[in-house]
Amino acid sequence: MDLSLKPEHKAFADEVRAFARENLSPATREKTFSGKHYDRGDHIVWQKALGKKGWLAYTWPKKYGGPGWDVTQRFLFENVLAEEGAPRILPFGPKMVGPVIYTFGTEEQKERFLPGIRSSEVSWCQGYSEPGAGSDLANLRTRAVREGDHYIVNGQKTWTSFAHWGDWIFCLVRTNTEVKPQEGISFLLIDMKTPGVTVRPIIMTDGAHHVNDVFLDNVKVPVENLIGKENEGWTCAKFLLANERLGIAEVPSSKRGVSMLRQIARIEPLDGGTLADDPAFTAQIADIDLQVQALEMSELRVLSTMAQGGAPGPEVSTLKVRGSEIQQRIAELTMEAVGEYAQPYQPGMLFHDTNETPIGPDHAPPAAPRYFNMRKTSIYGGSTEIQKNIVSKMVLGL
Amino acid sequence: MDLAFTPEEQKFADEVRAFVRANLPADVRDKVKNGKHLIRDDYMRWQQALGKKGWLVYTWPKKHGGPGFTPAQRYIFENICAEEYAPGIIPFGTKMVGPVIYTFGTEAQKEKYLPAIRESTVWWCQGYSEPGSGSDLASLRTKAEKDGDHYIVNGSKTWNTMGHWADWIFCLVRTDSKSKPQEGISFLLIDMKTPGITVKPIIMADGGHEVNEVFFDNVKVPVENLVGKENEGWTCAKFLLANERLGIAAVPQSKRGVEALKDIARVEQDNGRPLIENQSFAEKIADLEIQVTALEFTELRVLSQMAQGGQPGAEVSGLKIRGSEIQQRITELTMEAVGEYSAPYLPGLLWQGTNEEPVGPDYAHLAAPRYFNTRKTTIYGGSNEIQKGIISKMVLGL
Amino acid sequence: MDLSLSDEQKQLQESAERFAREKYTFDNRRKIVATERGWLPENWAQFAELGWLGMAFSEEDGGYGGGPIETMIVMEQFGKGLVLEPFLPTVVLGGGMIARAGSADQKAALLAPMIEGKKQFAFAWLERQSRYNLADVSLKATKEGNGWSLSGHKGVVYNAASADEIIVLARTAGSAREPKGLTLFVVDAKAKGLSRRDYPTQDALRASELTFDKVSVGADAVLGKVDDAFPTVEEAVDRAIVALCAEATGCMDAINAATLEYIKTRKQFGVAIGKFQVLQHRMVDCFTNAQEARSMTLMASLKIDDKDPTVRAKAASGAKVQIGKSGKFCGQSAVQMHGGMGVTDEMAVSHYFKRLTMIDLMFGNQQHHLTRYSNLAMAA
Ligand SMILES: Cc1cc2nc3c(=O)[nH]c(=O)nc-3n(C[C@H](O)[C@H](O)[C@H](O)COP(=O)(O)OP(=O)(O)OC[C@H]3O[C@@H](n4cnc5c(N)ncnc54)[C@H](O)[C@@H]3O)c2cc1C
Ligand SMILES: Cc1cc2nc3c(=O)[nH]c(=O)nc-3n(C[C@H](O)[C@H](O)[C@H](O)COP(=O)(O)OP(=O)(O)OC[C@H]3O[C@@H](n4cnc5c(N)ncnc54)[C@H](O)[C@@H]3O)c2cc1C
Ligand SMILES: Cc1cc2nc3c(=O)[nH]c(=O)nc-3n(C[C@H](O)[C@H](O)[C@H](O)COP(=O)(O)OP(=O)(O)OC[C@H]3O[C@@H](n4cnc5c(N)ncnc54)[C@H](O)[C@@H]3O)c2cc1C
Repeated sequence: MDLSLKPEHKAFADEVRAFARENLSPATREKTFSGKHYDRGDHIVWQKALGKKGWLAYTWPKKYGGPGWDVTQRFLFENVLAEEGAPRILPFGPKMVGPVIYTFGTEEQKERFLPGIRSSEVSWCQGYSEPGAGSDLANLRTRAVREGDHYIVNGQKTWTSFAHWGDWIFCLVRTNTEVKPQEGISFLLIDMKTPGVTVRPIIMTDGAHHVNDVFLDNVKVPVENLIGKENEGWTCAKFLLANERLGIAEVPSSKRGVSMLRQIARIEPLDGGTLADDPAFTAQIADIDLQVQALEMSELRVLSTMAQGGAPGPEVSTLKVRGSEIQQRIAELTMEAVGEYAQPYQPGMLFHDTNETPIGPDHAPPAAPRYFNMRKTSIYGGSTEIQKNIVSKMVLGL
Repeated sequence: MDLAFTPEEQKFADEVRAFVRANLPADVRDKVKNGKHLIRDDYMRWQQALGKKGWLVYTWPKKHGGPGFTPAQRYIFENICAEEYAPGIIPFGTKMVGPVIYTFGTEAQKEKYLPAIRESTVWWCQGYSEPGSGSDLASLRTKAEKDGDHYIVNGSKTWNTMGHWADWIFCLVRTDSKSKPQEGISFLLIDMKTPGITVKPIIMADGGHEVNEVFFDNVKVPVENLVGKENEGWTCAKFLLANERLGIAAVPQSKRGVEALKDIARVEQDNGRPLIENQSFAEKIADLEIQVTALEFTELRVLSQMAQGGQPGAEVSGLKIRGSEIQQRITELTMEAVGEYSAPYLPGLLWQGTNEEPVGPDYAHLAAPRYFNTRKTTIYGGSNEIQKGIISKMVLGL
Repeated sequence: MDLSLSDEQKQLQESAERFAREKYTFDNRRKIVATERGWLPENWAQFAELGWLGMAFSEEDGGYGGGPIETMIVMEQFGKGLVLEPFLPTVVLGGGMIARAGSADQKAALLAPMIEGKKQFAFAWLERQSRYNLADVSLKATKEGNGWSLSGHKGVVYNAASADEIIVLARTAGSAREPKGLTLFVVDAKAKGLSRRDYPTQDALRASELTFDKVSVGADAVLGKVDDAFPTVEEAVDRAIVALCAEATGCMDAINAATLEYIKTRKQFGVAIGKFQVLQHRMVDCFTNAQEARSMTLMASLKIDDKDPTVRAKAASGAKVQIGKSGKFCGQSAVQMHGGMGVTDEMAVSHYFKRLTMIDLMFGNQQHHLTRYSNLAMAA
């Protein structure tokens, strides 16, 4: 066991840092450190730069065009990018559909779709949830009926993150209604420009538009867009969920969050000094800092098992549970640090590049909206309750 | 609305205080004040004094020999007794079996049992739980078979609080094993001196003996000891539980506990200053005090509804949950206040009242045992999980 | 001791409940939020007509002789409806300070029209550096002939854009954060040298940043005694806190009821999600939390008239701690149990959640009041 870095890893970290400094636009970086929302361009420009370097699909094996990094490199890459203020890589292509395609897809499909994912030329979104199928995903009803060499798809997806930016959507659809719910589901790739696809925004508590309803009305999808076998989509879905769970804990960005929180405490005034002089508040920061460290060590332990060839077990579910709680707590403490000046609502400053000046300090406008928004983290990607059920069943045998 | 006491209420308060000061034996008061364990005789001397005054069964209606207190008087009585370090009244006779008898019993039973309960000449214990029937009380198996004018009782009860001091036990027994579990249960009064009864101590985590197993081996119980109808004992049990819930929160005792905690924190040192001046510890006490106040006002609101003729509603069930959590928190903070000196374990001093010198300050050796012991409050009387189950079903309709 | 409502109080409760239910449906509220003022004059007129604007004031001040219990009753229903009319800044804070510290002339000029619904107030105390310290005031008022000249900045002033008069806490003597040397001024909202930046708050109320550039006022603008405003302000804010607690209690009742209804109807895995024990127990915890909040609000409402300022302050801080804790628990739980729906703008829950969150931040959050309570308890 060794927590220190080897020289080649130090060199690697330096390389990543230099790359980020050169390629990350200052405006995007500024948004990260002021807590503003990114627009599509922030993500795409950055992801294309990563793609060009061959780093976007950094979790992929070499054979599918990934860099083939070891776990330490992955860890360093994620941490350095977070420290440098890079936006999170949108997972839908590189972390979700990409691995599904290289695992279950045909050679033709791999050739057709993987390059666009690696380079971020094509943006993907995830069409799983439906109004009646949230936690109970297998209850989904969107129908795909085979008609010659096409499927005709009808139904509604909901909570689709960034569908309004998406070129393609990967969907779970029902192809057989006669069998057990899990056994009649297929995994289908759909071009968002196909006639019959309509996207309608859902506005979140903080006023943001991230998620959407996606309506599918007699959408014609070529059968060659089916991944895996018909009615075996649940296998892809499960694979994807397991794959997705690691890294969803967002440890690097929480580390950044803690250091931003300390920074804010050093600025926020309190009785002639700053909030950093208040032991009650700094103790709360210390507490969350320790939680982040515990989570990081747990994640490193899992990564180390994987490096030894082991597979991550269902206990990685707890990483997601703790990770989301921690993200929420950081947002909460940040809002509390801002105090009364968290109250003014300045959507302009959050969503647009207006020249509006902040009403309180620079870091104030996103504080409360972010707190509201982060409540999502214990709901999406399998809610906390569902994750605990999984651990209880799969790990504890209850 | 008015929080102040009326002149009559004030007068009553003075009367109660004068009574307690004149009648509570000084050695008992000292034991309570110093958190020492009481023996049977300690309770009996105090309860008999109350009995003489007609106040022991202070919750009973006049017609059964109670004082017919108004809710305000009840509140005053309980609080002053606690403030004056009177021991808690043992509930098994006064609050449990007594009301069952005057509600479901025959005239003969009332005459036979109620006076001794009112005067505290007979010690009762509760025989509900069994090794296989804790939360799922209705699954109980102790059998009572009719044989002429007797029941023959076989089985075992467990967790009998102070069963080793008891003269009588009230039991739930199975008289019909063919119908629904709840429908074959009867409520039986059993003299502990009856041949065939064996009491075996259970030692608790703190080393104390307060609960027992009670074994019944062909115990002959006269049929006139049956309360209510045969197979309708579940009704008595449920009635008793509902009756018990009010007051189970032990608010006056917790108020006293907070004061005792403060006294300790005034003596304990922290960096050369009294611990109570440590901001973070003081805030923990403050938080606890606020919790106690919230609970007290919830209880007062319920009492006030009852004074208006209303039935206690949603609030009551929550009282036990919060009350028990608060009791636990008090012992936890007390142990924290004592710090390293909670480690020495002095069972002689704890249990036998030996003249052993305490290792730390007087109160120190009690702190950890109390903390361990008080974990029971969220388990007994229907665990907190079961209470939440009840609220969720009966109040929220889930 | 008697904790029951009188018949008049019950009637008041019913009429406030009816108002919130009828005038503050989710869609109606949306429309009110979108108006220029962010509240409706016709509702304000109705408050005046129903006597709500004067209910908590003594008869000699032109009120109807009620008190904190009446305020509690109305605020609780306002919480249920997420009512937007500026009752707190105008009546509880503004009216409260004028009643306590105002001269007979000021009462006639300000309080009487307020009770009739013809005047509104805003209370400007906070500054960028103040956080929750009411004495951390640097806006300066200097003598200017017979009157005063005010210069400096005030922040997050609720209802400043609609108010006729701004009640301003200014430093007339003493050093930074010294409670002594503070004075209250009643300043015409349209006074020369006073400029505003208006904005909505997270929870759809309206507030402003105010800049005072040599704003001149007469000697008669002083409310109460020069240099001695702090006790008045502290008491007024404690009263406002208790009123806010009542509002929060109403919010919690509403958010709990909505969540309970939701988990009874939303089905997943073939059953209502309210059948899952984790959600049942969490729902029970929500109700217990709301009960405790209600109890502490009642306690504080009953004690806020106490002669002893320590009793009063402890009561307000104790209740605020509870409201912070319970509000957070109920708000976060409601969102969680609603799943994705909980984080959308379309559901009432997210609006209650935002209001509860902001209530915690107003006049000192949970931690601030825990410290204050602790210090008061220690000093007593
Ligand atoms: C911001 C955001 C982005 C999202 N992005 C996407 C996306 O891009 N693509 C996509 O397909 N989906 C997306 N989702 C959907 C997300 O995966 C679902 O919201 C989630 O699975 C929960 O489903 P639901 O919202 O229907 O809640 P429900 O399933 O209705 O759950 C409501 C509550 O009940 C609880 N519950 C449900 N079942 C159980 C049980 N068995 N035991 C105990 N508790 C239970 C839940 O934990 C929750 O607290 C997104 C959601 C959000 C909020
Ligand atoms: C100090 C002490 C004194 C006692 N005195 C008496 C007495 O005088 N007379 C008497 O009859 N009994 C007495 N009891 C027994 C007490 O009532 C039982 O311990 C209690 O009912 C719990 O039963 P159990 O111990 O068998 O635990 P179990 O019922 O086995 O419970 C174990 C755990 O499972 C949880 N659980 C059980 N069912 C559910 C459910 N449906 N949903 C969620 N969680 C659940 C419980 O909450 C608990 O956390 C006493 C207990 C103690 C500790
Ligand atoms: C000493 C003692 C004190 C008690 N104090 C009180 C009290 O103060 N008030 C009170 O009302 N009760 C109290 N109880 C609990 C009471 O005895 C019963 O458990 C309760 O009233 C439910 O009665 P039941 O068996 O008819 O309910 P049932 O509905 O038959 O259920 C029994 C228990 O199992 C749970 N349960 C049932 N079905 C399921 C399922 N499918 N999945 C998970 N859980 C399930 C229920 O929630 C319930 O807790 C106490 C119990 C003991 C031992």
